[in-house]
Amino acid sequence: MTPELSTPECTAARRRWMRLCALADRAALEAATAEVSGARWLRPPETGLVMVRGRIGGGGAPFNLGEMPVTRCAVALPGGAVGHAYIAGRDAAKARAAALVDALMQDPAHAERLERDLLAPLADALAAADAAADRKTAATRVDFFTMVRGD
Amino acid sequence: MYVAVKGGEAAIDNAHALLAEARRGDPAVPDLTVAQIREQMTLAVDRVMAEGSLYDPDLAALALKQARGDAVEAIFLVRAFRTTLPRLAHSLPVETGEMRAKRRISATFKDIPGGQILGPTFDYTHRLLDFALLDGETPPAAASAAAGPEAMPRVVDILGREGLIEADRPAPEGAEAGDLTRAPLEFPAGRDVRLQNLARGDEGFVLGLAYSSQRGFGSTHPFAGEIRVGTVEVEIVPEELGFPIVVGRVELTECQMISQFKGSKTQPPQFTRGYGLTFGHNERKAMAMAIVDRSLRADEFDEERRYPAQDEEFVLGHTDNVEASGFLQHLKLPHYVDFQGELVNIRALRRATQSARKQETAE
Repeated sequence: MTPELSTPECTAARRRWMRLCALADRAALEAATAEVSGARWLRPPETGLVMVRGRIGGGGAPFNLGEMPVTRCAVALPGGAVGHAYIAGRDAAKARAAALVDALMQDPAHAERLERDLLAPLADALAAADAAADRKTAATRVDFFTMVRGD
Repeated sequence: MYVAVKGGEAAIDNAHALLAEARRGDPAVPDLTVAQIREQMTLAVDRVMAEGSLYDPDLAALALKQARGDAVEAIFLVRAFRTTLPRLAHSLPVETGEMRAKRRISATFKDIPGGQILGPTFDYTHRLLDFALLDGETPPAAASAAAGPEAMPRVVDILGREGLIEADRPAPEGAEAGDLTRAPLEFPAGRDVRLQNLARGDEGFVLGLAYSSQRGFGSTHPFAGEIRVGTVEVEIVPEELGFPIVVGRVELTECQMISQFKGSKTQPPQFTRGYGLTFGHNERKAMAMAIVDRSLRADEFDEERRYPAQDEEFVLGHTDNVEASGFLQHLKLPHYVDFQGELVNIRALRRATQSARKQETAE
């Protein structure tokens, strides 16, 4: 990792874009990284399992709930930036594209374009989809009235 | 015991070809796609993910298609698939209090911060067959309403503030959660292992146990303190990064059962809790799991263990439907030699009884 990326602000920024990539469709990531050349794959895509943990009682000690497939990979760009991806599912192409985005975002020459063309629209689309689902959920909110007996 | 047999290869090949044909059904009816199962048989998919213990809707839907809709067979397929993959990491514990809920109800408090949210539920439907579905269906768009920024705190925390309910306990220093995929089940099992076992346990069996406990073969008198269904984001901390990143979202169902506890020598009277958590939308399972979790905690509350649902070895040893189905169905394998032995034995016993009778009549 480059030194600048270890500051808390940069870590937060990186966590944001890695999250958006993990939650994005493959097509959007591939379109944004189609032009990249000279990428060297440090770790080709590999699918394995992540054990998902819950908490006993919802807030206590961890327990193992069950697993989910996750695909990871790592890439180095000619400039030296190293990109990583860990994404739910078994899609190797999506993992490759996500790792490229992670590497490109560390390079100021690409970061601005990617933020404008990829990440900001992804964030907006995610927020809009979540908000639409939340509004449908909100329409099913009820008020139960306790009936008074003996009238 | 069964012994190896030879032969039958052609019959087996033909049987499998016949199985494929039976699975396909009438070729005049369009082939069912995995996407259709994933999108329209979601609760079957969720059950396969929960008991297959693998969160992958596409694979669960594929397994259901391959298994001709047999849930237990599909769960077996998913379990077999997972053994082909390496373990990369474990997640940080998901925070269900921060769940993006699509359903959230409490049977103990009418007015709860964040409100009672019905979401997509079968509750309050009339359970009448809807013949309109025979001709296909495009439902009208569901209604929308303004969604407030109101937080949805956990219902048990409302009682927790007054100290009327047992609190969650953090893990003891240095303790690692037990993992049934890595180490065999041992007794006594910790609550962590019990919850893992129940989360992947057979829904029917866990439901039956919970039901037995409710009807009197147990001592739980639970209230559904809170049930919530929704998505959480799963985070891991990859070694090469050293900070947590989101890898994806999973849908979960959580149930907090609350039951009365009259107190013991060391504990004041209070409410105690049973906990249920499953992959996907699995309310019946999560509720049953919470009741059985509480039943299995009998020793913690000085309760006498008298019933099956309170017996850890009985419950945890029999929840797994892949193991149960395998052990039951192995009876179909050739037991010819075994049975020949039994046959010889029975004939000998018969001869012995017959000659004894003859002797009695002669006397």
